Amino acid sequence: MAELAIELTGVNKYFGEVHANKNISFAVAKGSIHGIIGENGAGKSTLMSILYGYYQADSGSIRLNGQEVRIRNSHDAIARGIGMVHQHFMLVDTFTVLENIVLGAEQGVALKQSLLAARDHLATLNRDYGLQVDPDAIVGELGVGEQQRVEILKALYRGADVLILDEPTAVLTPQEADDLFRILRLLKAQGKTVLLITHKLREVLDITDAVTVMRAGEIVGNVVTADVGKEDLADLMVGRKVNLQLDKTPAKPGKTVLQVSSLSLTDARGVKLLDDVSFELRAGEIVGIAGVSGNGQSELLEILSGMREASAGSVCYNGTELTTLPTREPKAAAYRRLGIAHVPEDRSREGLVKDFSTFENAILGYHDQPAIQHGLLFNRKAIIERCRRFISEFDVRPANAFRRSGLFSGGNQQKVILAREIDSDPQLMLIGQPTRGVDIGAIEFIHKRLMALRNAGKALLLVSVELDEILALSDRIIVMNAGRVSGELPVAQATATELGLLMGGHK
Amino acid sequence: MDSFFSVLDATIRVATPLVLAALAGLFSERSGIVDLALEGKMLAAAFAAACVAYMMQSPWAGLAAGMAAGVMVALLHGIVSIGYNGNQLISGVALNMMVSGLTPVLALAWFQQGGRTPTLDDAARFRSIELPFADTIAASAPLKALFGHNILVYLAVLVIVVVSWVVYKSRFGLRLRAAGENPHAADAAGINVKLVRYLAQVISGALCGVAGAYLVLAQTGAFIQDMTAGKGYLALAALIFGKWRPWAAVSGCLLFAFTDAIQIRLQGSELPLIGSIPDAFIQAIPYVLTVVLLAGFMGRAVAPKAIGVPFVKSR
Repeated sequence: MAELAIELTGVNKYFGEVHANKNISFAVAKGSIHGIIGENGAGKSTLMSILYGYYQADSGSIRLNGQEVRIRNSHDAIARGIGMVHQHFMLVDTFTVLENIVLGAEQGVALKQSLLAARDHLATLNRDYGLQVDPDAIVGELGVGEQQRVEILKALYRGADVLILDEPTAVLTPQEADDLFRILRLLKAQGKTVLLITHKLREVLDITDAVTVMRAGEIVGNVVTADVGKEDLADLMVGRKVNLQLDKTPAKPGKTVLQVSSLSLTDARGVKLLDDVSFELRAGEIVGIAGVSGNGQSELLEILSGMREASAGSVCYNGTELTTLPTREPKAAAYRRLGIAHVPEDRSREGLVKDFSTFENAILGYHDQPAIQHGLLFNRKAIIERCRRFISEFDVRPANAFRRSGLFSGGNQQKVILAREIDSDPQLMLIGQPTRGVDIGAIEFIHKRLMALRNAGKALLLVSVELDEILALSDRIIVMNAGRVSGELPVAQATATELGLLMGGHK
Repeated sequence: MDSFFSVLDATIRVATPLVLAALAGLFSERSGIVDLALEGKMLAAAFAAACVAYMMQSPWAGLAAGMAAGVMVALLHGIVSIGYNGNQLISGVALNMMVSGLTPVLALAWFQQGGRTPTLDDAARFRSIELPFADTIAASAPLKALFGHNILVYLAVLVIVVVSWVVYKSRFGLRLRAAGENPHAADAAGINVKLVRYLAQVISGALCGVAGAYLVLAQTGAFIQDMTAGKGYLALAALIFGKWRPWAAVSGCLLFAFTDAIQIRLQGSELPLIGSIPDAFIQAIPYVLTVVLLAGFMGRAVAPKAIGVPFVKSR
């Protein structure tokens, strides 16, 4: 057995009634990349927070390099060579890279000396690990991938031997993720130990040496990555057989529901966000829009859902011209009344109000329906009943209509939105990033519901940055690049490589 | 020319407490705490300075008392907004009201002069510094405008230099700005955010203390009810006008002080065609200017990102 960097024995953590970590024991070999996977709420983050000193374990022991330690706070963790790259970066946007790296690890009263020393050290680290970060760049102006590298540098600067990464690829493009993995392999080659928390199975299989699988606060498997496959891990994580393959019957496209012609959008600075976009969408089919995020897909959804005005072009929905629709109410409401439902890309900003109870979010956007009015007031009973129906039909957990929406996991929030939109019996469904930040069990469920909707003869427009999702659900795929449609092809002819080229605008 | 120099002289005298208060606010706000309490800190300091200077017949004792009073009010603001994560706006306004009400009551109880404190003797005030070539200075308006001030004015100049060094070039400054921009990042870097914010409050209180003491010990010679007359808010406006940067905030203070000096000169004077203007209108000029400048003439002010948000560790 190789030397151990971390060894946990019988670690327990309670939050009030909740037993967040149950008797956790596992070991991580020095100089390895160790994956920790599990669905949202499985206790991964709590466990890592214990390692990083944010929380204290209620019982159990932690050994670092064979020595038993108590980690009382993040300061302690840093001193013992543990570094953490948070999912939401802990960087000060207005500071330079150098200032961010020095922050909290300065020597002396004046900054100058620390900054000079850090600049030298940084140059060495940049070279050793191929990080290529400009020390004088303002962090807020860097891309997400670069910001993440700053976080890694920060940890290395503080002398980290163990690096914990919390869902590092959630915010990255596939290329940036590849780049990160290259860096992680370099770190490993230099003898660093990497703990990778994720719920993406492909990543785990790609890069880790060993995996710990967690479910409901417990460890359900400690395996060597080379010995397992995607399905095994998924089953372990969810605790039952998961069907990653979707049953897809051939589509039976009906009449044209949506006809988009020469749609363009120019912003205040004169940048063309959408440029001559045309396509059609029929009843009973799913059209997927693929593309690296920021290539006009979001704007397209915003226009089609009535949140934004197009600069030119037409949108014809069931014979009605939408761009010039004469209406006194906001367009989004008018479109909804016509049977266009919308599951927005940014769930927590546009899909629901986090501080509302679930039953309030269950009627958001449909709050003027006569069925839930009671004179001048709401018919609270009817609303709650409706919400309870959503909860049981869509298996929302915990099944509590009064709980604040922000307290639910991403997947359960998404289920509520989906239930609300599907319940309005739409003819056209616009869906943005249906499974972003959603765990595997819920993804399977959401995909099935979307497929059922399509089989019921509805028209679905799906925008997603996950190629796997586009390939699994769509009947036809439209690829967007720099605001233009760079290609359209039936799913049968689509391969990841082909789509990748179109997404990059290379064809 | 003489009138120009007398306006300059007045500008510097009026600007000094504004500058001190604005820099006080800078510490507080850069650490992430909205500081409407500048007014109250100054007023409490003015009162304490007047009482102690009168009883001990020493301006330095008065200054120390003023700073102590400023720090006390600042710590109250800190306990509410840092210790208990209270609403910083409400805490600030409440403290202002409390000090505004409490000071005349105490003054009345202790001195029986209708809410004032007794007028200080010369020995208990800061006088203009008597330099060896005093006669030359008294004769020359330009020299008098620049060099004929009391020690607190020069102290304020020193404070400006020190503050801009501390904020931008020191370890504490880096941590201060981090606490105001992204306290969670500071926390993750192993910094005690609440401690940094408390320290910022203490500094803010001390600087406001000097500003308040100045009003009594260098200007009026006695505490008068609500004598700060909105200077704390004016200083805050200058801070925002200066986008939370020391030198820019100071120039904002100088601008406000300059309009104030002009305003004093304009009072009672006849304008061509219009005739005499009621003093109340003229006195309103600096405040109107504040509104106009803040609303119209400056770009969008980008406040420290975490300002006004209590720091609660969450993960």
